[in-house]
Amino acid sequence: MGTIMTEQTQATDPKKPVPSQTENKPDIIRVEGMNKWYGDFHVLKDLNLNVRQGERIVICGPSGSGKSTFIRCINRLEEHQQGKIIVDNIELTDDIRNIDTVRREVGMVFQHFNLFPHLTVLENCCLSPIWVRKTPRKAAEEAAMEYLERVKIPDQANKFPGQLSGGQQQRVAIARALCMKPKIMLFDEPTSALDPEMIKEVLDVMIELAGSGMTMICVTHEMGFAKTVADRVIFMDGGEIVEEAPPHEFFTNPQEPRTQKFLEQILQH
Amino acid sequence: MKKQTVDSRPAGPKPWYDPRIRSIFFQFIAIALVFWGGWTLVDNTLSNMESRGISTGFGFLDETAGFGIIMSLVPYDATMTYGRTFLVGLMNTLLVSAMGIVAATILGFIIGVARLSSNWLVAKLALVYIEVIRNIPLLLQIFFWYFAVLGSLPSPRQSVEVADSFFLNNRGLYLPEPMPQEGFGLVWGAVIAAIVVVIGLRAWAKKRQLATGQIFPTFKVGVAILVILPTVGYLAAGAPLEWEFPALKGFNFGGGITIIPELAALWIALSLYTASFIAEIVRSGILSVSKGQTEAAKALGIPNSLTLRLVVIPQAMRVIIPPLTSQYLNLTKNSSLATAIGYPDLVAVFMGTTLNQTGQAVEVVAITMAVYLTISLAISLFMNIYNRAAAIKER
Repeated sequence: MGTIMTEQTQATDPKKPVPSQTENKPDIIRVEGMNKWYGDFHVLKDLNLNVRQGERIVICGPSGSGKSTFIRCINRLEEHQQGKIIVDNIELTDDIRNIDTVRREVGMVFQHFNLFPHLTVLENCCLSPIWVRKTPRKAAEEAAMEYLERVKIPDQANKFPGQLSGGQQQRVAIARALCMKPKIMLFDEPTSALDPEMIKEVLDVMIELAGSGMTMICVTHEMGFAKTVADRVIFMDGGEIVEEAPPHEFFTNPQEPRTQKFLEQILQH
Repeated sequence: MKKQTVDSRPAGPKPWYDPRIRSIFFQFIAIALVFWGGWTLVDNTLSNMESRGISTGFGFLDETAGFGIIMSLVPYDATMTYGRTFLVGLMNTLLVSAMGIVAATILGFIIGVARLSSNWLVAKLALVYIEVIRNIPLLLQIFFWYFAVLGSLPSPRQSVEVADSFFLNNRGLYLPEPMPQEGFGLVWGAVIAAIVVVIGLRAWAKKRQLATGQIFPTFKVGVAILVILPTVGYLAAGAPLEWEFPALKGFNFGGGITIIPELAALWIALSLYTASFIAEIVRSGILSVSKGQTEAAKALGIPNSLTLRLVVIPQAMRVIIPPLTSQYLNLTKNSSLATAIGYPDLVAVFMGTTLNQTGQAVEVVAITMAVYLTISLAISLFMNIYNRAAAIKER
């Protein structure tokens, strides 16, 4: 678990991105009355969420609460059975053209990196720009090198994923997603599979990305990250959104008993 | 005073407890046993053959064979030598093996992928195919195709015929044979030109993709070129091709190309049987690629067909190749079951008839075994080279 920053350090932290000014921005994601079942099991219950362009959302909650399933619905890695999900003005339905369009605009970073082991780091980054965006290879490689520099591993470009550490692999995965120039980035527990000393290098990259104005939805247990970066924190339990608040309010004055209990448990140490 | 030598090493164990000495001792015994066994075999055989007056050596290969073979890829008749029968048998074995490997691979990949289909009916059909075919002995399947299916076809006089040029009966499938006339060289030239053009086109398309990112439909255009250029050449040369049609002469057909039922039965049985094993290998190979890989590709907006081609298959191949190689070897060796239905493969012609007529058991068996060993090693070598190229670099 990351360290919890006090109010003072947070205020003076040079890394803290400027709070995003998104009040007047249009919604880029709209989720309305969304329900999902696995067979008889009701995983997601009547979810509603609007995300404005440039907003940074952190979703937390106990395991099995449906948070990963929820963000996987946003790029249709999971199907929802009821309600609407509209991403960048495109509704996710069974139409595969819509799904492919949305996926091109939504980048995703997985808990277990999911890099392609048979391709080098650079090829991992270039695969989709070349085959999906039809970028010339040279331009794609140049862009990829730029992003690899941004995640601070340009020197590993010609290695294979198996030759890198977990933290390096996750940063490559972030660079790979960014190479598609997405409008939205989804993070599914990006630091949960990492050794403690590697968590920071990945969080630093994510904080830097937040500072650049990217719309981000992040499922994470890193409460320090949530305090630093999030515009809103969402607490899920049992497939429902229990509480939704700005981080300051969320951590100092949670309204719901379930949230209070969760925070007590994770903030004790 | 006695001078004491100081040995810093711990006292060695008794020789019969020393693992190094033991291992050398047992290796020595093993080698001695092998040599003794080999020498006994050779000595025994030689003295037995001498006492029965059997000549040794490979001189019999130059003697006249005196028997006919129902199918040969090289010109053959009964006046030719046993050496020639060897060649005919070898060619027939290689023919049915190569045809079987190609068909089994294509069918196996299709069924293996179908087994994983999200379409319930397709997946279950593939499952039933695999479970039925791979659990019935191959010899039984060969008999089934030869006697039950092909054997129940009508006699030559009642042949099933299509357009007076294709005939199917219990003696085989008869097809018209193309007879190139003068000027056909132009068509061959056009075929070669088309291949060269397509190779050039591929290189150009790849270069253009690297430079501009545009993807050229190489496959479709390539196929079009391969069809159109030779057709133009054929017409330009004045259609220099005549067909020799099979015709009923007496009790059987003559002329044209004949596919004998023995070849067809063996080929079908070998292909179907091996395909069921290859399908399982392909399925396990694809399943060995973790679900995260396809999810990552999906999340990057890569469509399904490209995901299979760029992400899944390259990773599945390294799991598929080694067991696929042994299936190829099995198919080649199983082709020797040809003997049971009289397809003239190496075992039937050479180890059967030739051996019976000459009595040169040692030589014939040795040659045949050496041939199968060579074919198998060649297939292994080729597949290992491919496997090395497909391997993933981890460190």
